[in-house]
Amino acid sequence: MDLRLTSTPATAAERAAVDGLLGPPPLADGRVASGGHRARARRQQLLPALQALQDRVGWVSPAGLAYVCERLTVPPAEAYGVASFYALLATGPRPATVVHVCDDIVCRVGGAGARCEALRTRVGPGLDEAAPAGNGPPADGARVPAAAGWVPSPCLGRCEQGSAALVQRATADGPALRSLGPAPLEAVLHVLAGGEPLAPAPAMSAPQAARSPRDPGLRLLRRVGLVDPASLDDYRAHGGLEPLRRAIALGPRGVLRELEASRLVGRGGAAFPTAAKWRAVAENPVQPHLVVGNADESEPGTFKDRVLLEADPFAVVEALTVMGVVCGARQGYCYIRGEYPEAEARLRHAVTVARQRGLLGPSLLGSAYAFDLEVRRGAGAYIAGEETALFRSIEGGRAEPRNKPPFPSDAGLFGHPTAVNNIETLLCVLEVLRIGGPAFAAIGTGESTGTRLFCVSGAVERPGVFEFAFGVTLGQVLAAAGGIRSGRRLRAVLLGGAAGSFVGPEALHVELTFEGVRTAGATLGSGVVLALDDTVDAVDCVRRIARFFRDESCGQCVPCRVGTVRQEEALARLAAARPLGSTAAELDRLRDLAESMRDASICGLGQTAAVAVQSALRMGLLPAASERPR
Amino acid sequence: MTARPLPIPPRLVTCSVDGAPVAVPQGSTLLDACRQAGIDTPTLCYLETLAPVNACRVCVVEVEGSRTLVPACSRPVEPGMAVRTDTERVRLSRRLVLELLASSVTLDRAAPELRRWIERYGADPGRFGPPLPPTHPRDAAAPGHHGAVLVDGAEACHQPVKDDNPNYVRDYARCILCYKCVEACGTEAQNTFAIAVAGRGFAARISTEYDVPLPDSACVYCGNCIEVCPTGALAFRGEHRMRGEGTWAEERQVVTTTICPYCGVGCNLELHVQDNAVVRVTSPLGHEVTRGNLCVKGRFGFQFVQNRPGEG
Ligand SMILES: Cc1cc2nc3c(=O)[nH]c(=O)nc-3n(C[C@H](O)[C@H](O)[C@H](O)COP(=O)(O)O)c2cc1C
Ligand code: SF4
Ligand code: SF4
Ligand code: SF4
Ligand code: FES
Ligand code: FES
Repeated sequence: MDLRLTSTPATAAERAAVDGLLGPPPLADGRVASGGHRARARRQQLLPALQALQDRVGWVSPAGLAYVCERLTVPPAEAYGVASFYALLATGPRPATVVHVCDDIVCRVGGAGARCEALRTRVGPGLDEAAPAGNGPPADGARVPAAAGWVPSPCLGRCEQGSAALVQRATADGPALRSLGPAPLEAVLHVLAGGEPLAPAPAMSAPQAARSPRDPGLRLLRRVGLVDPASLDDYRAHGGLEPLRRAIALGPRGVLRELEASRLVGRGGAAFPTAAKWRAVAENPVQPHLVVGNADESEPGTFKDRVLLEADPFAVVEALTVMGVVCGARQGYCYIRGEYPEAEARLRHAVTVARQRGLLGPSLLGSAYAFDLEVRRGAGAYIAGEETALFRSIEGGRAEPRNKPPFPSDAGLFGHPTAVNNIETLLCVLEVLRIGGPAFAAIGTGESTGTRLFCVSGAVERPGVFEFAFGVTLGQVLAAAGGIRSGRRLRAVLLGGAAGSFVGPEALHVELTFEGVRTAGATLGSGVVLALDDTVDAVDCVRRIARFFRDESCGQCVPCRVGTVRQEEALARLAAARPLGSTAAELDRLRDLAESMRDASICGLGQTAAVAVQSALRMGLLPAASERPR
Repeated sequence: MTARPLPIPPRLVTCSVDGAPVAVPQGSTLLDACRQAGIDTPTLCYLETLAPVNACRVCVVEVEGSRTLVPACSRPVEPGMAVRTDTERVRLSRRLVLELLASSVTLDRAAPELRRWIERYGADPGRFGPPLPPTHPRDAAAPGHHGAVLVDGAEACHQPVKDDNPNYVRDYARCILCYKCVEACGTEAQNTFAIAVAGRGFAARISTEYDVPLPDSACVYCGNCIEVCPTGALAFRGEHRMRGEGTWAEERQVVTTTICPYCGVGCNLELHVQDNAVVRVTSPLGHEVTRGNLCVKGRFGFQFVQNRPGEG
């Protein structure tokens, strides 16, 4: 492969950004080949290098991209394919400040739709929105300098605070991404007018932990709000590092026995037994092994992993280290979504401190085990949370999932045997080590052991992350969150996120266990419990979900790439009472789409893209569709 | 003389296809098994000479015990697998894939099998409404966002024809995103990497970096992407012109197999001749050395045999 690059030179700022990551360029020496294996090893720096450009100059310019390609020996067409995949990277010039304004399902309950409408009239359309025909210049009032713009965003994972927003600002120093939250219209306008983003108010993200006295039943949340997230000593004073010590004493086989006894299953959505996953990697004769923490948390309505990462980052480092010890991996990665800059900073700090103090490195706590951890930042793609897509993203590619088999335990990151887990799952492992497998299994119900984090949001009095032993009912969870806001009536609950299902008030008695929700025709998914009261526009909510799947589809496979578009169109027609043919014909189409997406898509995104829509239809949440004979 | 060990005969694995036992060499795919059983299986993104990307999903079959359907083109046969190729579920998904594609891209120049499959599965592309006119330039679409959803038809993949070089034309309004051209240009054949998939979701498209014209890209005009394109999205410039003028007549074409006169490799050429002029050059896919691939000389260097005044 010969690189053919644009002859326009990169600017000094662009070079500085890339060199800051990759080091100064080597002296040109025509006699030394830089392709082949060495080039392939550099490929994984592609996404960080593109992010460095974005952070520094506000977009990935052709010359900047060419410089990255030259440094990494990557063909520019491929690098452009990667850059144009991620929503937090721009491949065209952009204002230096861009506010990503959440208009997803939870924030909508709090009026995010109106917030975006107000921005449209006062500031002009969002950056990537096609300007509606006949739109004039922005109305007077808040005049926004061309140096700033806004763009509607999918869920930013700050749903419990409501009115979330994320500021992306090109800068030579300091963080390029900062969370705003809660950010009412005025706060967004303030940033758009050139003001400094106000730091988010300290959030009461876990109401059980904020209460005094603290809820004694807290296990995964036990340190949240109590421990200084920047202090390893404080972490240790609150029981940290005991699990790792115990893991080293037990050895991999011993830990696997405890995990088997605990019957812990993954909390990332698929409910796969953790012990089986780790054993498959630990016993795989192919070396090296790798472990990955999945902190991409982008399922709309989910924010539990963010709370753990922000409040207890050393626990995440410790849990991944245990995972490395058990799976026989000396290297681990934690992939954290780009929309979580504060959590990322805390995790990076924890990794640095852990390395300084010998908790990561060649000899863990003085033992013969070695492990190190690298933090990788996502760039705005829900699909990158799918495990095989996540690998490709780390490897420097487009986050396109692949067919399984082969499973990650055989061919994962860089083709090596890899174990990947959700952050909540990892914290459960620490709890298993703390109290022992059988004790963990004694919590909860027969099939669902341990505790679970629920992301309760929407029309409740006290939204936040709640921890309960499995067996709690939906009604109890809502009651813990203060019940439905100011005496309104519950209309529906979205269980499990955009990939989950709507259930009605008759499901309040349902136990939120894997088996309990299954009988109710739903899933727990990522633990989302989004309450909609009788003031919420349910049709709008369903359509936003359909839009989400369309926008987040990677575009590889036909059922999902085109099916999500056709689904959104059919819902738009139903909402406008302008069915194509008849309402029955629309419902037929939607059912066919649902079936083929579920059956023929490559990955879980397409396979679940119609689940919430179909459950809404069954519940009669779409009035236009309910007067049909069925 | 060095003794050469005989190759170990491949072990056979037995599965069942629509109830009948089929034994295939280990490592074969379900598609191989279906073909061996004489079952015509639609494929769009699969090609013998490329690594399967299993993206189009038109080849899905039902495998007993599997939650979802599985792509036949890439799934290796395991002993005892029970495969069904003509169940309600299979027919529905195949029909939907064809309907979805046909509702979003122009398929009138696609391989004839495609039309046959559309008929066989009763696909009705019009059921999603008439294709809507373009609303935004696809080549500039930002990931994660799209314009207003219109209620009077089906959004379609419009892109202006890219006619930017002397050799071939890219008409991506006909592209089904099968990834074959990207594979052929990349690791599977040419190793040039001039094109890749850009954007995501419905706005995903085949593109050079920043959509620069081909002459500014790494393209070396081997034309191997044209060879593998199943939809006519990539076409010789002359063919594109003749189709536009209505003079393209495949039934009047003669294919002459010959050997490329330029270099010592001696690639096989198939010259497609209409009205005494070469209109397209292909190379046999089954050739064990070249596997359908050529270089710019063999693919496009045919002007000298028909140099006629007034033609470029
Ligand atoms: C579209 C899609 C998005 C996903 N996003 C996430 C995510 O953000 N975080 C996560 O932990 N798992 C996510 N998953 C699930 C992962 O693929 C994987 O199953 C999980 O990380 C395994 O961890 P667990 O066994 O601890 O649940 C996603 C799956 C799909 C299909
Ligand atoms: S189902 Fe959707 S997101 Fe998943 S691989 Fe297919 S197109 Fe991509
Ligand atoms: S002609 Fe050859 S080099 Fe050019 S895009 Fe096609 S495959 Fe790549
Ligand atoms: S241009 Fe042709 S070969 Fe390339 S992806 Fe599109 S349809 Fe496939
Ligand atoms: S942050 Fe807005 S919906 Fe989650
Ligand atoms: S031919 Fe199998 S998925 Fe396309």
